[in-house]
Amino acid sequence: MSAENTLLYVDGVSVSFDGFRALNSLSLIIGPGEMRAIIGPNGAGKTTMMDVITGKTRPNTGTILFEGGTDLTRMDEAAIANLGIGRKFQRPTVFENHTVWDNLELALKNPRKTWSALAYGMNPKDRARIEEILDITRLSPRRERLAGSLSHGEKQWLEIGMLLAQDPKLLLVDEPVAGMTDAETEQTAHLLKTIAGTRSVIVVEHDMVFVRELGVKVTVLHEGSVLAEGSLDSVSANRQVIDVYLGR
Amino acid sequence: MLTRFLLLGLDKRAGVLLTVLAVLAVAVPVMALAVPPDSPFHLPMHSVSLLGKYLSFALLALALDLVWGYCGILSLGHAAFFTLGGYAMGMYLMRQIGPRGVYGHPELPDFMVFLNWKELPWYWQGFDQFWFAALMVLAVPGLLAFAFGWFAFRSRVTGVYLSIITQAMTFALLLAFFRNDMGFGGNNGLTDFKEILGYDIQAPATRVGLFVATVAALAAGYMVASSLVASKLGKVLVAVRDAESRVRFLGYSVERYKLFVWTLSACMAGVAGALYVPQVGIINPSEFAPAASIEAVIWVAVGGRGTLAGAVLGAVLVNYGKTYFTAALPELWLFALGGLFVLVTLFLPKGILGLAADRFRKREPAAAVPAAASKGA
Ligand SMILES: Nc1ncnc2c1ncn2[C@@H]1O[C@H](COP(=O)(O)OP(=O)(O)O)[C@@H](O)[C@H]1O
Ligand SMILES: [Mg+2]
Repeated sequence: MSAENTLLYVDGVSVSFDGFRALNSLSLIIGPGEMRAIIGPNGAGKTTMMDVITGKTRPNTGTILFEGGTDLTRMDEAAIANLGIGRKFQRPTVFENHTVWDNLELALKNPRKTWSALAYGMNPKDRARIEEILDITRLSPRRERLAGSLSHGEKQWLEIGMLLAQDPKLLLVDEPVAGMTDAETEQTAHLLKTIAGTRSVIVVEHDMVFVRELGVKVTVLHEGSVLAEGSLDSVSANRQVIDVYLGR
Repeated sequence: MLTRFLLLGLDKRAGVLLTVLAVLAVAVPVMALAVPPDSPFHLPMHSVSLLGKYLSFALLALALDLVWGYCGILSLGHAAFFTLGGYAMGMYLMRQIGPRGVYGHPELPDFMVFLNWKELPWYWQGFDQFWFAALMVLAVPGLLAFAFGWFAFRSRVTGVYLSIITQAMTFALLLAFFRNDMGFGGNNGLTDFKEILGYDIQAPATRVGLFVATVAALAAGYMVASSLVASKLGKVLVAVRDAESRVRFLGYSVERYKLFVWTLSACMAGVAGALYVPQVGIINPSEFAPAASIEAVIWVAVGGRGTLAGAVLGAVLVNYGKTYFTAALPELWLFALGGLFVLVTLFLPKGILGLAADRFRKREPAAAVPAAASKGA
């Protein structure tokens, strides 16, 4: 494999927790602008994969390159985020004591230095961008509510909105529709497709209806490595995949 | 830019607090100096200094609330920064004594003569100058906090562990300052001050002046803190308090934000200590005692953690209670303080001001989220 012309290049990454191999020589390539769905049974290592890409967990071995050259395994979370990698957590995490508006303001792509934050004043450009995101995420009427008072689904959308505000090149989305109603699930699939645009997106999801809705290439993880890759139909037909996952 | 920054902090609560402080700054000097002693409106000098002491504690509480209430760093060692600021001021006051000490040495403080020291240690140099001492009031606590925070925050020490090492820090300082050979007067500390900036430190006008200086420092500290928490930096701090790792994934270097507010807070605490010392007339190592820092936490909890005005209110109320109790029922004070803390934790998690704000909100349901009103449009 070569890292050229890739946005994210993951090669031979292993992570052990007290001897337990959560990731086992995982390799994965995401191209610029690509959207990829990752499926796999509970404990397959999907969240751990996001942890190593975003700097939360250090891999024991392996290479992770961003845009073909930047080695992510040596950087901390903030530095990786500033390269343009955004992440949505499995459990929605928004700043509950801030308003929806302030959550977006904090996420907005602006200098992250202490002094810049001290001197920051809301300007027309940022205001317009936040308005735009409020529209996309349908949170406009909620703008002045504290994020803690939003419904579960609204928190998920706010978090997706915060990712949009960050304007990342690569978006990692962990189980965005867990706990959502069917209608919300459909809206979320639509929302994700809208924001993908020119960005690359990795979506981890259990929900097959949702993955079908996305209609993108699928990677199946099992016991910390890739079991199969291809269209949803082709992996669904894969014997091994049926055995470990879909058959159950 | 600075004006815009300071305007950020001017909300209703700030208006009330600054008005109260302005009234105090006028009324106290008048009642202490102009009103004749036989009038019921006369304020005795010891009350002036007592009030000044409360207000210097209020500034310490404000500093603590900034890191604890807004950034979630529960410091159990903030009295250390306060006391270091106090010692810096105390050293200046000692140098002003000059040859008027008991031993009459032209330069050395009495305790050094007593220890048979022949010359002033290097770290006492410069403290005869007020500007230098004033600089040290900020620099010593600030640098200690910076060094401490640099290691603690970068190693991602948080929660209880961080609280414990702040407590260890103040305890280590307590032990160090107790030693005579440290050159800070051992367990007697620094006292018998004569003059500040050339004025007799016992003179009524000087003591009133010190009180007014404390009011001014508290007002300035409040404005800085309240502008800070209203700025985007303040929003980042609250976000760190509530979901630290989420903030990292947004690209903010959490360590730097913590280090900034931690160091600033230590400097504020240092100023508070420097104002405290000339008004109580002594500084000794007991101020480093772990219990002193814990008391400060209780002030903030009682007044309302995460409400700056609450920290001020809590410090003044609890210390007023302490003055009253230690005179009337000295053996009961510690129980009262402990009981108060338990009560507040159980029944008033947001403190007095939090309770007041909740009451206010219930009465006016239409203004559900008042703080957010200005931001959207
Ligand atoms: N910090 C950790 N310490 C120990 N074990 C962990 C840790 N994080 C994840 N694991 C284990 O690694 C495996 C993969 O977990 P995870 O990546 O969360 O799976 P998935 O997201 O695919 O459900 C699980 O068995 C989990 O228990
Ligand atoms: Mg998971």
